[in-house]
Amino acid sequence: MTPLTRRTPARRRLVGVPLAAGGAALALVLTACSGGGDDVSGEPSTPSEPVELRMTVWTADETQLAQFQEIADAYVAENPDLVSGVTFETIPFEDYTTSLTTQLAGGNAPDLAWILESYAPEFVASGALVDVAPKLRETEGYEYDDLLDSSLALWEKDGGLYAYPFSNSPFALFVNTDQVAAAGQPNPADLVASGEWTYDQARDIAQAAAATSGKQGLVVRDFDYKIWENLSTVWDGWGAAPWSEDGTQCTFTDPEMVDALTWVHDATFVDKAMPGPGTTADFFAGDAAMTITQISRASALDDSFAWDVVPLPAGPADQQNVIGQAGIGVFAAGEHPDVAADFLAWFTNPENAETLAAYFPPPRESLLNAETLGAANPKLSETQLQAVVVDGIQGAVTKPSHQNFAKLQDTVRAQLDALWTADADVEGVLADTCAAIQPLLED
Amino acid sequence: MASSTLARRDAAVGYTMVAPAVLGALAFVVAPLVAVVWYSLHEWNVLANTFTFAGADNYERMLSDPGLRDSLLASLWFSVGLVVLNISLALVLAVLLNQRLPGTTTFRTFFFSPVVVSLVAWTIVWSFLLQADGGINGFLSLLGIEGPNWLRGETTAMISVIVVQVFKNVGLNMILFLAALQGVPEEVQEAARIDGAGAWRRFRSITLPLISPTVLLVSILTIVGSLEVFAQIAVLTGGGPGSSTTVLVYYLYQQAFRFNDFGYASAISVLLFVIVLVLTLVQWQTRKRWVFHEV
Repeated sequence: MTPLTRRTPARRRLVGVPLAAGGAALALVLTACSGGGDDVSGEPSTPSEPVELRMTVWTADETQLAQFQEIADAYVAENPDLVSGVTFETIPFEDYTTSLTTQLAGGNAPDLAWILESYAPEFVASGALVDVAPKLRETEGYEYDDLLDSSLALWEKDGGLYAYPFSNSPFALFVNTDQVAAAGQPNPADLVASGEWTYDQARDIAQAAAATSGKQGLVVRDFDYKIWENLSTVWDGWGAAPWSEDGTQCTFTDPEMVDALTWVHDATFVDKAMPGPGTTADFFAGDAAMTITQISRASALDDSFAWDVVPLPAGPADQQNVIGQAGIGVFAAGEHPDVAADFLAWFTNPENAETLAAYFPPPRESLLNAETLGAANPKLSETQLQAVVVDGIQGAVTKPSHQNFAKLQDTVRAQLDALWTADADVEGVLADTCAAIQPLLED
Repeated sequence: MASSTLARRDAAVGYTMVAPAVLGALAFVVAPLVAVVWYSLHEWNVLANTFTFAGADNYERMLSDPGLRDSLLASLWFSVGLVVLNISLALVLAVLLNQRLPGTTTFRTFFFSPVVVSLVAWTIVWSFLLQADGGINGFLSLLGIEGPNWLRGETTAMISVIVVQVFKNVGLNMILFLAALQGVPEEVQEAARIDGAGAWRRFRSITLPLISPTVLLVSILTIVGSLEVFAQIAVLTGGGPGSSTTVLVYYLYQQAFRFNDFGYASAISVLLFVIVLVLTLVQWQTRKRWVFHEV
């Protein structure tokens, strides 16, 4: 294990001797790392030899990774004394945050990492990330003021910006129009146009399509009865939320949430419009009629079936757009935070943000129009982009997040397991859920 | 004088010979053990990068942690189920495959082959078989039985995890028993047969006592192994439904790698170490009462 560079010794503590600790079953590794507060503004000091940067991501999409690599290669060509290369390391979505913190624990922090919005408060408050605002502000041509305040809010603390929200991806509903038409069901796009696009309609179409095709109806992607926070795309239509805005009160027992989860429960177990627990169905492989997921997944579509993408349906509390954010942070414990921050400023400058907009709607006001997005994304029409992306970001809420999210995630998951049986008592389960998480919210 | 120089030289050569093993054990066994105990006395959040001395706080927290209590119970059920099923099945298979019948070699290979398969690959295949619309329920429906959603019910999930683990490792115990059975002298069996002992009587009074050292070895290995189960839980159930299959090591993993609470996780691993140590010592101490002889 190599000792980390200690650039500001006064602010850092050597917290332990690097030692692999096997114990009975697991190796727990302690390492020396920094306490944050690093200043990465100004030109990075030129290292004795060019450094290799590493960024962890959760996409495994080859088109997206090739795009990142292209941007990175241009940076390397521009700064040969600074960097010798940039590696993008894919970690599967499901285990992303756990794997990332395991790397941190092992003294193997990446230089930069994608961070999920749910864990944003935890990472921002932790001191593990450096403040990149000064660096981005001073970078020539960066146009920091073009960044939307509403997009930055989740990633800010005391006036600093601890990760750049490079993706503000609206959730939308993808439709396999072949399967919907085969079931003789109305086209969702027509229902959107006539103002009748509701969750009940979506459920009925999904139910009929599943019955006809023998496949699945509506899939909330990546929910899989584990990542329950993805259900927020549905319950936001009921005006429901897992906890109060200040994060201190459990609201799983509020009538809106009870109604929303009763709807999901019945759509699954009564109408069979959504796949039950233990059933896997990939919309993009043609296994389901509809899926709720982020627009960045459009890259997975090929021409094997006819498809469309429409905004999320309206619930009883009207239509609510939901976005999932992803930030890029620079780790204080990385070996070269100043070089990493410099690369971040390059990776997300107006020009590259426009390229990345193909899959990751940027937080830049000037780029959020159907024309720019359409130029970058040939798979979606301008009408689709306007309806789903541009309008979808307006007035959108983000997925649930909390400073204690990891524990809340596991605890709620364990409690909601009782909900996913045919004869579940929804209100009872939600009361148990609140009882279990209230202490964590107050923690 | 000359002889003491020789003795010193001998000693030096001896120490050099054992040095790699001793240093290896110190670096990879003793040092981590000591380090884990040291970590367990600290509050250590890897994300926030805090590492402060906390004395016995983590151990006090264990006393009032309902999650830990649940995981100890889950571990208990898992271990009891696994040990009973694994050892009895291994013994039955070994006795059956110890007969001089055609095809026994094929069956031995068949039952042993899962042992050499990658654990995660094995478990992933089972996760597909155990799905609501998976292979097992497909087979049951042919018989007119509607199978449960195995991994979603608290009891069926635990049973599934145990059975998957038994099938994975029963071959190893079977081979150990088989080797022991083949060491049971034929003349002793024959003498008993002449004395009029039936098959069960001979198994009970001759075979079992003669293979008891192997039974001891197998039970120690199986119990220790059962307490360290992790990958199967992570792949099949993720500790669920609820916390029904959150065994001790999975709970430890959650505390360390999901909640970034390495100090508390270290304290739990010390607890696990003590449990394994005590169980092994108890078995070792009581061996005189039931192990016939030692090999």
